[in-house]
Amino acid sequence: MISVILGWVSDPNMRWILMGSLLLGLGSGVIGSFTFLRKQSLLGDALAHAALPGICIAFMLSGVKSVGLFMIGAILSGMAATFGIHFITRYSRIKQDAALGIILTVFFGVGVVLMTKIQHSGNGNQSGLDKYMFGQAASMMLSDVYLMGAVSIMLVLICALLFKEFKLVSFDPGFARGMGMKVGLYEQLLLLLTVIAVVVGIQAVGVVLVAALLITPAVAARYWTDTLGVMVVLAGVFGALSGVAGTLISSTLSNLPTGPVTVLAATALFTVSILFAPRRGLLAKWLRRIRTRQEVQSSLEVHTATSMISHHRAERRMD
Amino acid sequence: MTDFWIILTGTLVAATSGILGCFLVLRKMSLVGDAISHSVLPGIAIAFMISGSRDSLLMMFGAAVLGLITVFLIQLLQQGGLQSDASIGIVFTALFAIGVIMISRNASNIDLDLDCVLFGEIAYVQWDTLIIGGYDMGPAAIWFLGITLFIVLFVIGLFYKQFKICAFDPALAAAVGIPVALFHYLLMGLVSLSTVASFESVGAILVVGMLIVPASTAYLLTDRLSMMLLYSVLIGALSSAGGYYFAKWLDASIAGSMISAAGLLFLLAFLFSPHHGLVARLSKRRRMKSVTI
Repeated sequence: MISVILGWVSDPNMRWILMGSLLLGLGSGVIGSFTFLRKQSLLGDALAHAALPGICIAFMLSGVKSVGLFMIGAILSGMAATFGIHFITRYSRIKQDAALGIILTVFFGVGVVLMTKIQHSGNGNQSGLDKYMFGQAASMMLSDVYLMGAVSIMLVLICALLFKEFKLVSFDPGFARGMGMKVGLYEQLLLLLTVIAVVVGIQAVGVVLVAALLITPAVAARYWTDTLGVMVVLAGVFGALSGVAGTLISSTLSNLPTGPVTVLAATALFTVSILFAPRRGLLAKWLRRIRTRQEVQSSLEVHTATSMISHHRAERRMD
Repeated sequence: MTDFWIILTGTLVAATSGILGCFLVLRKMSLVGDAISHSVLPGIAIAFMISGSRDSLLMMFGAAVLGLITVFLIQLLQQGGLQSDASIGIVFTALFAIGVIMISRNASNIDLDLDCVLFGEIAYVQWDTLIIGGYDMGPAAIWFLGITLFIVLFVIGLFYKQFKICAFDPALAAAVGIPVALFHYLLMGLVSLSTVASFESVGAILVVGMLIVPASTAYLLTDRLSMMLLYSVLIGALSSAGGYYFAKWLDASIAGSMISAAGLLFLLAFLFSPHHGLVARLSKRRRMKSVTI
């Protein structure tokens, strides 16, 4: 077993892929904390689906399969999607969840139309498109891994630099506006960072599962702390751990895709957190309830005992 | 005849989802449909492993069970104090991941294609016919979807008042003694049933789209639930017919075109709805401004 692990570490290709998925998990965990606090957990899901038309249009315009171009297309259509969601909730009676669902399905529907159009046009070069959508970290090119790592580091750095601003915007936008901060600007920046994190994540885990990279580590981290700084760091660590675990486990067994294993590793961390976290975990809550019940019971017993004594005394006084 | 069968399938999916979608949109749970349509995957995979064939009934059963488990888990996390969208996200991604792993681990002895589950292929509907006692009864999908629509209509029709009160005011419903949780699970059960029934023939994305988009469009056009249900079904039918011809003209995915058509209708309602549309709102605001000045 140990020799197998050593084998991975000494294989430079594997080392880079491990590094890439670690950084990806770190970056999306950090960004995910902010989207979770801003009650936009499913935005990642919508953005991932909305990326499809952008990728297809990028391919149609350029005719080449380049990850860089795909990313630009995906980022542009992701921005269009966030704008659409905002516009629908702002100017109609449609609620946030339905607006999210409408944008998600309609963008994806348009994307599927474009994708089939590309496939039927007989361009034999399109095979990478659906691979991009369903994600396969193990078969990623080394250049993709570099790009993924670099983008993730950039995300973490921006979050670290603008931590105070993002914190204020996430918790109390009204107060932030009162302080004279450009709230709209920072909100847009956070959205842009979310779009970038999603677009990078699609490659590694696929459209459907990329939402989990943002949500699950952040929610797991929330169970351990009430401080944003600690939560962001923990979410990053959880994300990185699940990225590494996913890559390692899926490379030991054949026919085991990386994305789903990564997501399940994150879910396992979440399950541990919800059960065993101090104070907010289910076990802690259960113990607290038992202790409270015991305290109440013993105080009741003391109470009845004292009242019996006083009752007894009163009777003796009567005599 | 191909045109007829495909449009009929699309319309049946649209009608079933359109009716249920109205209740989901009103209860602010539109994304539960999205979650269910993804998390039924392990159910389908398990049914495959047990039967070793594409037995539709067993598959439907497995998927329906998983649909209810999904709803139960989401509810459990929510009661633990988690935001509803976060709990939806965690549950469906985890279950979908399990499904993908099951399928890819057994890829050699399961002829289940992931693309097929997610996108479906409505174009082949008429070739997969139901044969009973040697008689060709027509496309199997039409039968399944027709029965599902009948069940949905029957249950909603029977408890229309209860569903209505639960949709608009759950607190009032609880106060007058309606078992809110029971009706919640009943609605979710119907959603997973319709998702599963539509799955094979049209794919997950069309179901999710038809659950959310026509119902939201109808929500912009009327303030009465009965009219909203009717509009939702009509809009769904219109988008499946329009989408089909659009796809034929463009030689592209039929399900994708149907969603795009529904999106186009939503955009029209968003802009030009008589009371809730953007144009009406803006002109009303302008009128108010001129009056005050």
